[in-house]
Amino acid sequence: MKVAVIKYNAGNVQSVLYALERLGADAELTDDPEKIRSADKVIFPGQGEASSAMTYLKARHLDQLIRDIKQPFLGVCLGLQLLCEHSEENDTDCLGIFPVKVKRFIPENSQEFKVPHIGWNELENLAENALLKDLPDPKFLYYVHSYYAELSEVTIATTHYIHDFTAILHRDNYWAIQAHPEKSSTVGEKLLSNFLSI
Amino acid sequence: MLTKRIIPCLDIKDGRTVKGVNFVQLRDAGDPVELAKIYSDEGADELVFLDITATVDKRKTLAELVTKVAKAINIPFTVGGGISTVEDVKVLLGAGADKISINSAAVKNPGVIDEMAKEFGSQCVVVAIDTRNMDGIDFVHTHGGRKPTLLKTQAWAQEVADRGAGEILLTSMDHDGTKSGFANELTAEISSSLSIPVIASGGAGNMPHFKDVFTFGKADAALAASIFHFKEIPIPELKSYLIGEGISIRK
Repeated sequence: MKVAVIKYNAGNVQSVLYALERLGADAELTDDPEKIRSADKVIFPGQGEASSAMTYLKARHLDQLIRDIKQPFLGVCLGLQLLCEHSEENDTDCLGIFPVKVKRFIPENSQEFKVPHIGWNELENLAENALLKDLPDPKFLYYVHSYYAELSEVTIATTHYIHDFTAILHRDNYWAIQAHPEKSSTVGEKLLSNFLSI
Repeated sequence: MLTKRIIPCLDIKDGRTVKGVNFVQLRDAGDPVELAKIYSDEGADELVFLDITATVDKRKTLAELVTKVAKAINIPFTVGGGISTVEDVKVLLGAGADKISINSAAVKNPGVIDEMAKEFGSQCVVVAIDTRNMDGIDFVHTHGGRKPTLLKTQAWAQEVADRGAGEILLTSMDHDGTKSGFANELTAEISSSLSIPVIASGGAGNMPHFKDVFTFGKADAALAASIFHFKEIPIPELKSYLIGEGISIRK
């Protein structure tokens, strides 16, 4: 199976490639539109800042390419946020695949709730979905983020930090995970292998 | 609910895991990749690798080790030891590290924290602070805790947070190697004054010490080495104990 991992200016994606390698997928980091269009699956990872990532994607016409993808597509971390409508991070218009807004965590009590939300937290309120099939218990994932997607009708799992937020999104052929499945032990591995089986 | 993290630390010398008692006497505790895999399977939440002999010519060896580790495990890990430039960070993140930690280099040139945070994001910049109490005042120490500085620990912690550090790894040199418990008071003081997570390190000797550092010490994560390497405290047992004590922990 050929998996295209979209190459852009957002962070270290080496561990996503290694995780896919462990699952036996033939993964390639690429920004070549042909390779992305012809892959069986597309993964859009990333860590970084929303507006500079959007500027970079637009300059290379990767924004339209992502909107036109027909095969199963998975956004991870910043990838999830960029697939939403708008991010409060530098007031950025994003790709609009998911009709969801991305907001900054505002702790009511900064001693109790630090931002970024860093560490292992649990998936809750799971919908019936191919991506979420047979996840091992307990369902902890590793998070590192300061912005979160609001709850919405395309939310298929939530996590609680300060309040409930969107952990996983799904609409048509697009899925997105806020946590880092590639760093989330057996639960993350199952999410990735489920995605590869879709 | 966000859980408290248990972090084994692997000190690396010439590609092997070692642990210094008070950073001076070294014992060999095995192959880092194998050990990393064991910890990951046992439920460690994260790992830290500190290259205690990091020199320029060893950098390539360290990057190779980072790649091996990244291929083998599926939990986050931090790499530290002798990192001083944006280029050093680029190499290690490129090899597959999730975060890097800087210590002496940040004290020498605090601007490097801003540079690294800007270039790679705060989430991957951990600033390690080695602290020792001298006549009632906590001072930052460098060079493996041997060299005192004039920086007061609390003020330095605030400064590194303001400059864009994503986390602080706070090691009490007074507690390190003593197995008498973490520096709970100082950890609590720093953790509650900052909006970034604090990893407490130095002094773990038994399971209640971990409970104390998460409750009294207000630590977000606790790091230890020898008690894990020599199986004095197995991680699954520690986690069951902490859950039993009402601490939020990933099973």
